[in-house]
Amino acid sequence: MSGFNLPGIWAIYRTEMARTRRTILQSVATPVITTVLYFIVFGSAIGSRMHQVAGVSYGAFIVPGLIMLTLLTQGISNASIAIYFPKFTRTIFEILSAPISSMEVVLAYVGAAATKAILIGLIILVTATFFVPVQIMHPAWMIAFLVLTALTFSLFGFLIGIWADSFEQLAVIPSLVVTPLTFLGGAFYSIDMLPQPWRTVSLFNPVVYLVSGFRWSFYGSGDVGVAASLIFVITFMVCCLALLSWVFRTGYRLKS
Amino acid sequence: MPTVLSLSSVTKIYKSGQTALHEIDLVIEKGEIFALLGPNGAGKTTLISIICGLVSMTTGHVSVNGYDIIKDYRSARAIIGLVPQEISLDIFTTVEDTVRFSRGLFGKPNAPDYIEQLLRDLSLWEKRSARLNELSGGMKRRVMIAKALSHEPDILFLDEPTAGVDVNLRRDMWDLVRRLRDRGVTIILTTHYIEEAEEMADRVGVIDRGRLMLIEGTATLMHKLGKRRLTILLHQPLMTIPPALAHWPLQLDAEGSRLVYEFDANASDTSIPHLLRDIGAAGIDYTDLETSRSTLEDIFVGLLEGQI
Ligand SMILES: Nc1ncnc2c1ncn2[C@@H]1O[C@H](COP(=O)(O)OP(=O)(O)OP(=O)(O)O)[C@@H](O)[C@H]1O
Ligand SMILES: [Mg+2]
Repeated sequence: MSGFNLPGIWAIYRTEMARTRRTILQSVATPVITTVLYFIVFGSAIGSRMHQVAGVSYGAFIVPGLIMLTLLTQGISNASIAIYFPKFTRTIFEILSAPISSMEVVLAYVGAAATKAILIGLIILVTATFFVPVQIMHPAWMIAFLVLTALTFSLFGFLIGIWADSFEQLAVIPSLVVTPLTFLGGAFYSIDMLPQPWRTVSLFNPVVYLVSGFRWSFYGSGDVGVAASLIFVITFMVCCLALLSWVFRTGYRLKS
Repeated sequence: MPTVLSLSSVTKIYKSGQTALHEIDLVIEKGEIFALLGPNGAGKTTLISIICGLVSMTTGHVSVNGYDIIKDYRSARAIIGLVPQEISLDIFTTVEDTVRFSRGLFGKPNAPDYIEQLLRDLSLWEKRSARLNELSGGMKRRVMIAKALSHEPDILFLDEPTAGVDVNLRRDMWDLVRRLRDRGVTIILTTHYIEEAEEMADRVGVIDRGRLMLIEGTATLMHKLGKRRLTILLHQPLMTIPPALAHWPLQLDAEGSRLVYEFDANASDTSIPHLLRDIGAAGIDYTDLETSRSTLEDIFVGLLEGQI
């Protein structure tokens, strides 16, 4: 046998999606409820006292940021748990012994994690339309950012899952790095609203580029140029891929 | 018979510095049942793990059906099934789902008929929709076997298949091994017990502290090892062996309550009836007789003393 192991990829993907279906309540209801709470707190309670931001109502302004935030956290947590769990239960032996390439394994796990993140992102988008007037000026770009971001951060989550040796380690990067970056990443404000030097400091926060590009696809304007956003996502993705190929070449934390 | 698996100078040194395997050379022929016999920590699991791709070897070369396990890993792994020593299952899935998953993972298209037959053979068909956390330990082990056989492998590795298994499952397991062998499947199993190796295997490899000490046909090995021991439990303890029995190579244990006679199991005449007559004639009553085989320790002692 040689070439592509399509049944193998499909087997992993399907099993991962079946897990999502089994845990549908946590998988979908939790992010939706969280988002609705954001709308109530930020959109209605605070937003009603705020002027328009970047030409749209505050409630509408935060929609792209909220979706991005969900894509990041969902992508990371789905993919990191998806690969950490078989390591923890040792069922990973089967995958290591199967005639499937590392990249096929990544494709299956990351594909499933990204699919789930995208679905939840779309559900949030639909939920948002019940609260605020959402407008999408560049739908193709919106989808492109959605898919690219979900894939990239699922890759990142996969790396965390491989690196983690305990549930604590699994949680540490998302809570210590990702959550602060997303909150400071302009999801709830435009970085123009920040005083200097924080405005310049923000330009070093990768999440700013993601949120900005995504918001541009909705309302036609962002904090940084859309090209910069795209370059950032793709660069980050390439970095993750390079790191992953190193992981698999050396068997790091997978083989003794 | 064509070669199905060959290892040359396989050495494994773990990151801890532990040398688990030392220059292993081994050739397995198609269709044979090969037993790796060795004590805890000998390197049995390490050896299997290297062949199956779970552990990377430090140096050496392994090929499966002529395919290099690293360069042509797809072709090599596609024909291997592995039942590991420890049970590890995703307990949230069902029996049927996990077996179908394994088949897909190994690149095979769905085959409901084959899976049904497999589950029936392993007495799992009634439990096919049960979640794995609802199964007993023995059933979980059957599921592990079903998963390993799901993609119809040509080589099956069984790492300590009978550890913690009851008599029934053990018998089922051996029946299955024989059926698989009849189908031409090569089987490599590990065990701590000589009896198990003798009962099942065509050839036995004895491994200790990472070295393959000896590879021998089971019959030949048993012949070489053919010492058996007859223990005679005496009705009344003896102080010494009576002169009437002096010409027999007998030993009296410390309490004087047992006589031990070592003999060659393969000899056409073991002289046991003659010995028992002599004992009776000497007026010694005995309550019971026991015979036993050489143990794994005896093999190692024999190896060290150059008797094997
Ligand atoms: N991941 C590991 N890291 C370091 N050392 C290891 C590792 N796995 C096994 N070893 C060591 O390698 C040696 C061989 O272990 P292995 O598991 O292959 O033995 P075994 O023959 O299967 O033993 P058992 O009969 O107890 O299953 C042992 O000394 C063990 O401690
Ligand atoms: Mg072992």
